[in-house]
Amino acid sequence: MSREAILERVRTALGRKPGDVPTGPPPVYLSQTGRTTEQRIAAFTVALESLAGRAVRCSSPAVARATVNAMIAGKHAIASLSSYLHELQIAAEVPDAAVYREACAAADVGITSADYALADTGTLVLFSDAEESRLVSLLPPRHIAVVPVSRLIDSLDDLLGRVPLPADATSSMVFITGPSRTADIEQILVRGVHGPGDVTVVLVDD
Amino acid sequence: MSGAFVPVERLRDTIADSRLQSAIYTATGRLIEKRASAVSPEVLPDYQDLREQAHRVKRHTLENLDYYLEQLEANATAHGGHVVWCNNGEEVADFILGLAKQRGASLIVKSKSMTTEEIDLNERLEHHHLDAIETDLGEYILQLAHERPYHIVAPALHKTRHEVADLFADRLGVQHDVVIENQTLTARRVLREKFLAAGIGITGANFLVADSGAVVIVENEGNARLTSSAPPIHIAIAGIEKLIPRAQDLAVFLKLLGRSATGQPLTVYTSFLSGPRRPGEVDGPGEFHLVLLDNGRTKLLADAAKRESLFCIRCGACLNHCPVYRKIGGHNYPGTYSGPIGAIITPQYRGVMAHPWLPFASTLCGACAEVCPVKIDIPRLLLDLRSEVVRERSGVERVAFRAFAWLATHPRAYTLVTAMAARLAPRGENGWLRRLPFFARFGALEKWLSQRDIPLPARRSFRKYWRARAKGGPAA
Repeated sequence: MSREAILERVRTALGRKPGDVPTGPPPVYLSQTGRTTEQRIAAFTVALESLAGRAVRCSSPAVARATVNAMIAGKHAIASLSSYLHELQIAAEVPDAAVYREACAAADVGITSADYALADTGTLVLFSDAEESRLVSLLPPRHIAVVPVSRLIDSLDDLLGRVPLPADATSSMVFITGPSRTADIEQILVRGVHGPGDVTVVLVDD
Repeated sequence: MSGAFVPVERLRDTIADSRLQSAIYTATGRLIEKRASAVSPEVLPDYQDLREQAHRVKRHTLENLDYYLEQLEANATAHGGHVVWCNNGEEVADFILGLAKQRGASLIVKSKSMTTEEIDLNERLEHHHLDAIETDLGEYILQLAHERPYHIVAPALHKTRHEVADLFADRLGVQHDVVIENQTLTARRVLREKFLAAGIGITGANFLVADSGAVVIVENEGNARLTSSAPPIHIAIAGIEKLIPRAQDLAVFLKLLGRSATGQPLTVYTSFLSGPRRPGEVDGPGEFHLVLLDNGRTKLLADAAKRESLFCIRCGACLNHCPVYRKIGGHNYPGTYSGPIGAIITPQYRGVMAHPWLPFASTLCGACAEVCPVKIDIPRLLLDLRSEVVRERSGVERVAFRAFAWLATHPRAYTLVTAMAARLAPRGENGWLRRLPFFARFGALEKWLSQRDIPLPARRSFRKYWRARAKGGPAA
């Protein structure tokens, strides 16, 4: 069987025996920044807007509801099953599980929340679970994420410090850093090639 | 594909093609600038520490590879994934063909993967009437043009908008359009249908994470996310060297990969995938298969001195910074991987004598090693490979160096020969010997010297001068 053949070749190449345990790997290297909430919001906004994404801050859930509803007025918008969005009472349809893909593919706007947002890089972190799906933030040409400020953390290092084993929580953790883009033809930047070309993050004070 | 000899004709064509030269130079130049500003001390003060850490982690992982492979397998299986071990491309194709037949899948979507290029997966599947469609914009263009990638990160770097317009009009039956935004939208429209119709999605993997049983895929377009989440089956194909021990190590590797490749602190999308959708999850593939490929990697692993060739995370920085790549481009290198990294791994996969000229296609300027995010000492490996080529050869060069070694270790003979050479040397021009005397104009020697000028030997040797000085003779 190929499995045994490959492992056997690896062990021969390294002079190891089955069951040999390594002496520990180099210690984990995670940096810390320690920003204040306001600094995080400022950093997140700068990072996301430098990528042509948009960050909007709302002072309360009620303001957020009005802001998002205005953004999607007259458009075919769908929302994920996020309980946070549900509480906000966003005026978007939640697609039925049986036609989920088709609904996502037909929508103009996909609305999600996020499990975390990373200030350093302007990144959204989405865990796929019973509340968030993979396709709502991917198929529609426009993505709006509504995220409470308390979920905004410093950086990737900060995230992996808090969530050392993402696979325990989800089969799919995705980082989204700005709109989909390509520069494959003559290095000319074009947004929205396969994913959303327009990403807006609504940060809500809790 | 190039063979044992330098592809002189094609090199001349590449260098004479001014449009191509400017495309390569501009594209790599831009990537150089972007990288430089993304790793500068103001924005990334611990860049050198990150490189050091990445190197140490890769060394540790590869030195204990069997342990981490088994850990990866156990964790992937625990999350409901299925791990398939393959010795070579044929086994990978057999697995996919079998699965496609069982599940009745006839359409496959694929996201960019150098590993599948390496094993000619598309051709193998096509041969069995399975459509495997590339979905990265650059790769899609190349698939329509039947060409292989020009660059690890920017595969269609050499294609102009005009060529893309011709290609799309010809192959997709759309209107001839040279506006890049419209071309991109055409690809989006055509490929979106494929994503939604495909029975299987095939991706590569940038990293395999042992403690999570996960694959990590980085990209900017979203096609890898679509490939791994729209079809009911996801197959990830990865070389066994792609392992890192812990999810937390990604803090180091993701930071280095995006910045070194395109100057991005993080690419637009990073997917961390561990197995099929779980109960309660809204969407995602019902099946997840992880293919672990050897295809010669264990051969590289066995050589402790050259093992670090396997540390490569495929950022492409060494290509962008290489004065040779920037002149000859990606298609003149034999094998899947071009540039400095290709020049060290292709000879190890295929044997140094398959392309004995390849390790010599470098100025040894060291730019590649300086920008490598995992600190692979490429120039040293090139020198090692050059020695291997010379040892394998029984030709003129070897005899010449042997003769020189003998001469250099026998002082009397050395004095005699150098004195003779000084006397026989023809007149030069301004202190340089530009043309050889007729008796030395032959074969390899003539060829070698045709590109080089040699300073004229001094009339009086240093040894003579030194003896005279010791005796208190004239110093001049």
